Amino acid sequence: MAERPAHNYTGFLGWVEDRFPMMETWQAHLAGYYAPKNFNFWYFFGSLAMLVLVIQIFSGLFLALHYKPDANLAFASVEYIMRDVPGGWFIRYMHSTGASAFFIVVYLHMFRALIYGSYKGKRELIWLIGMAIYLVLMATAFMGYLLPWGQMSYWGAQVIINLFNTIPYIGEGLSTWIRGDFVLGDATLNRFFALHFFLPSLILPALVFVHIVALHAVGSNNPDGVEIKQGPKGNRWSETAPADGIPFHPYYSVKDILGVVVFLIGFFAILFFAPEGGGYFMEAPNFEPANALKTPEHIAPVWYFTPFYTVLRAIPDPFLGTLAMFGAIAVLFVLPWIDRNPVKSWRYRNSAHKINLLLFAAVFIVLGWMGVEAVTPAYKELGTRMTQIYFIFFVVLWIHSTPAKAKYVMWFGILLAAIVAYDIMFRYIPGDAEATSQMLIQFIWPVAYLALTLLLPAFKASCNAEKPVPDRVTG
Amino acid sequence: MKKFIVSIMFALSASLMTTTAMASGGVELEDAKVDIHNQPSLQRGAKYYVNYCMGCHSLNFSRYNRVAADLGLTEEQVAKNLIFTRDADGELEKPGALMKNGMSQKQSAEWFGAPPPDLSLVGRSRGSDWIYSYLKAFYVDPTRPLGANNTVFPNAGMPHVLWELQGWQEKHCTKGEGEHAVEHCELKLTKAGSMTPVEYDQTVRDITNFLTYVGEPANLHRSTYGIFTLLFLVLFAVVAYLLKKEYWKDVH
Repeated sequence: MAERPAHNYTGFLGWVEDRFPMMETWQAHLAGYYAPKNFNFWYFFGSLAMLVLVIQIFSGLFLALHYKPDANLAFASVEYIMRDVPGGWFIRYMHSTGASAFFIVVYLHMFRALIYGSYKGKRELIWLIGMAIYLVLMATAFMGYLLPWGQMSYWGAQVIINLFNTIPYIGEGLSTWIRGDFVLGDATLNRFFALHFFLPSLILPALVFVHIVALHAVGSNNPDGVEIKQGPKGNRWSETAPADGIPFHPYYSVKDILGVVVFLIGFFAILFFAPEGGGYFMEAPNFEPANALKTPEHIAPVWYFTPFYTVLRAIPDPFLGTLAMFGAIAVLFVLPWIDRNPVKSWRYRNSAHKINLLLFAAVFIVLGWMGVEAVTPAYKELGTRMTQIYFIFFVVLWIHSTPAKAKYVMWFGILLAAIVAYDIMFRYIPGDAEATSQMLIQFIWPVAYLALTLLLPAFKASCNAEKPVPDRVTG
Repeated sequence: MKKFIVSIMFALSASLMTTTAMASGGVELEDAKVDIHNQPSLQRGAKYYVNYCMGCHSLNFSRYNRVAADLGLTEEQVAKNLIFTRDADGELEKPGALMKNGMSQKQSAEWFGAPPPDLSLVGRSRGSDWIYSYLKAFYVDPTRPLGANNTVFPNAGMPHVLWELQGWQEKHCTKGEGEHAVEHCELKLTKAGSMTPVEYDQTVRDITNFLTYVGEPANLHRSTYGIFTLLFLVLFAVVAYLLKKEYWKDVH
């Protein structure tokens, strides 16, 4: 084992440092970790995600002190927290607002990675670990939503667990194994409570830890996508550190404090003035106790799952729909291997790529919107078209990897033909005039998407031109 | 080309808009205009609630003494005016008790088709406007077992409990002309009650206000906490910004 570096700490700090690498760790990850000096707005969301995790763990702990994971008592115990526990309503709203805030922050954090290519340059593992965090987060949120034992808790969980039924051969057994019973009930609630405590308090912090270890080993990306470690050395704090780097502490710690305060202003504004989040953070039917005999008129998952719920509903076959839904999440894992363009930041990529990312964000939002709405012919078609674009986005991203050599028109034809073939083979129902007319009218969406991302760079050279990446970070 | 795109966008938005309008169908709810900070209204609402509603509809998550404290009443006032129910030993409920009633779930299910729901959270699940509109929407319907029906909640299982106050309404429908004519219905007061329509609206508003309060008692205070929290955070943001600016003078 290598010798630990000598230190100059004296007194108590020295005593500790001889026995435990406290200041060494502080140096390596905070005071001596050099982050690019040009972080912008998008770089607040990593630290904010950690803040929300801490909020969730501690508010969750205090809720667990009073909550009863029992089908007969759960609903009443939540109301007991809301009314009889001093400050209980505040803790509960912290937790319910925190759940939605977590996803807002994480989605923005992920979009940041997308626009600046933060999964590139030996950062694939950071992305993969991040995706694992996202998966665990979704599982945790899903199980947590059952705990208030309201109508939406019950029926939302019912719908999602029944998805496993659609898997051939093992489906029934698998869903019974998840529920711990043949019907959703007390056994399910009890185990979801256990897992809802275990996953975020043990697994999530562990994953966040390795996420940061991996990040600090490779170094942070930045809005220019320039590797500061490959640039010149020497700055006012250290002769060996990258010239474009600044110590994380104090510079980014004081900056993140500002980010935290601004975030908390929004967070507490919702918590104190609109804790139901307009019916999106807490759904009205969930104020009715779970009733296995009464199906709500309209079952919608919480907003952060609705994009994937729309993907599920876009495909009529239940098993294929389930596969598509999980596929929509799974495809994100391989993002670093789809986008092989060596230029990281969208600042220096062609405009078609920028349009592609912006449209993807818009499509994701529309998918989410469709997931909370009741199905009408127009909405059903819109959801299906957006699902098609969601998956085609990854193909277009791959095509944009080599803009100079890309055969845009050919790909435009292939992808459009693929959509038409899919529509005719799997979606067209002779005689259903309304569905067919919707299909034809809303064909405009994939055509417009493909035209903007593939035809535009093909025929307008300025939309296909990449800019030279600077040697040093700008600004 | 431009015209073509515009017309397509127009067709699209039109097709989307009609579906939204259709999806929100049903009866339009009236604005309840409740104010949970209006204590006299809450007190009247509590009085009407325990007299007219609580025999069937419990408030299982609410306590008498909490209601007393929030409505500016003493526990004695509440014990004297609001507590009519007895506990298992036959004694009048204590002010610290939950606002339960003696309704048998099983028997009431036989009487009404379903047991009358607990209304602790109806202000949050259905909303104030729904309660207000519902209580105003009873009308005479001899085809129903209890002689009354409701336009907001068709075929509701309960009778028109407040008929002595409101009187009786009748439903008059006129059918428009043409193939897609919509039936237009109106409720008309045909037999007056002990209250004028204006008084009745206020009574219903008081009950709605009380149920809105009971749905979330914390709502009485949370915005006050919110104002001070946000004031603090805004000041903190200024300090945090100045601190950041000071430190970042080093960075070029």
